[in-house]
This record gives sequence, C-alpha cells and structure tokens, in this order.
Amino acid sequence: MTSRIEKIQQLLLEVLAPAKLELHDDSQSHAGHAGAGGGGHFYATIVSSAFEGKTLLKRHQLVYEALGDLMRTDIHALSIKAFTPEEFEHI
Amino acid sequence: MDAIERIKKQIESNRVLLYMKGTPDFPQCGFSGRAVQVLEQCGAEFSYVNIFDDPEVRENLKAYSNWPTFPQLFVNGELVGGSDIMLEMSKNGQLQELLETTKKP
Repeated sequence: MTSRIEKIQQLLLEVLAPAKLELHDDSQSHAGHAGAGGGGHFYATIVSSAFEGKTLLKRHQLVYEALGDLMRTDIHALSIKAFTPEEFEHI
Repeated sequence: MDAIERIKKQIESNRVLLYMKGTPDFPQCGFSGRAVQVLEQCGAEFSYVNIFDDPEVRENLKAYSNWPTFPQLFVNGELVGGSDIMLEMSKNGQLQELLETTKKP
C-alpha cells in the first residue's frame, strides 16, 4: 500500500513537474485535535515553473487542484511554500 | 436561505471575514489560531464564522471559494487565502495595505 505522503508526492510530480519538491509529514504532532478527522498535516515546498506569473492564491489553488480528492480524504492541512525556479534561486 | 446564499451574504456584509475552526479566543486548530494572530498583529478589525457552527457553510464554502481547507480570509468580498498566504503577505506588508483599504468609507 502506498503511504499518504507517497500519494501526495506522486500527484504533485505528475501535475506540476516540480524542479524541487520537499514534503514533510507533521501529522503526529496534531493527532486527535478537534476537526482533524483523521487527515494528516503536511508541509510542502514546491519549486515549479507552473507557478510563473501566478499570484500566491492561484499557486495554492493549483496545488490543491493537483491533489484533488486527497484534500478531502487524506489531508487535513497542507502548508505550502510555492516558488518559481527563479524565485527559489534568490531566497 | 440556502448555504451559498448565506455565504454570499456573510462575505458581502463583512469587509474582513475569517472562516475558521473555533473562535478567535478559542481556536480549535493551529492554523486558525495563526490566522487570528496575524490579523491581530495587523491591528485589523474582523468578523469571523466558526465553521463548526454551520456544517452546511463548511461544506459549501470549499466549492464556492475553490479552497479546500480552513481558515479562509475574505477581504472586500474576495478570497485572500489561508494562513500561509496571510503570514507571507503580513511579512511583506501587503496584508496591512489590503486591510487599510477596508477602513475607508
């Protein structure tokens, strides 16, 4: 069985073709709090040219779209840092 | 009034509106708590909706705003984003600028 983080990784790789992708599962530190509903907490740093010319809002929406149903079933919260390759070089 | 109508009315009648889990005094999720903190640090007056109080709004808002998680901040009737975006925008002053526009008549 594929783990949640692998499923997330797979979808993001497919849809956004990121130059860099870092995922971190922080579910343990939130287990059982109100409203978590069994979904996990994840942190993602994504560097992709798909973000070029897009506002932060649009970038996050792209990521949520890529994850589709996982956002309902497996993910309670996803903290996103989204950069274009050029922005990432200048951090 | 159905849920979408309620959402529209809430967004229209509150210039700064936070949909959150819990209340500003007792946030029930760290991300909602962080969103409240950011708004308070900006000195913003804001309204809030505790989505646990209205499960219909909770479900319908996700589709309406094309945003699957909470918190969600709306300013002047438009979705600004979740707590990541709020934090980022507060660091570079964009959020303060945007909130300033809500104070004018």
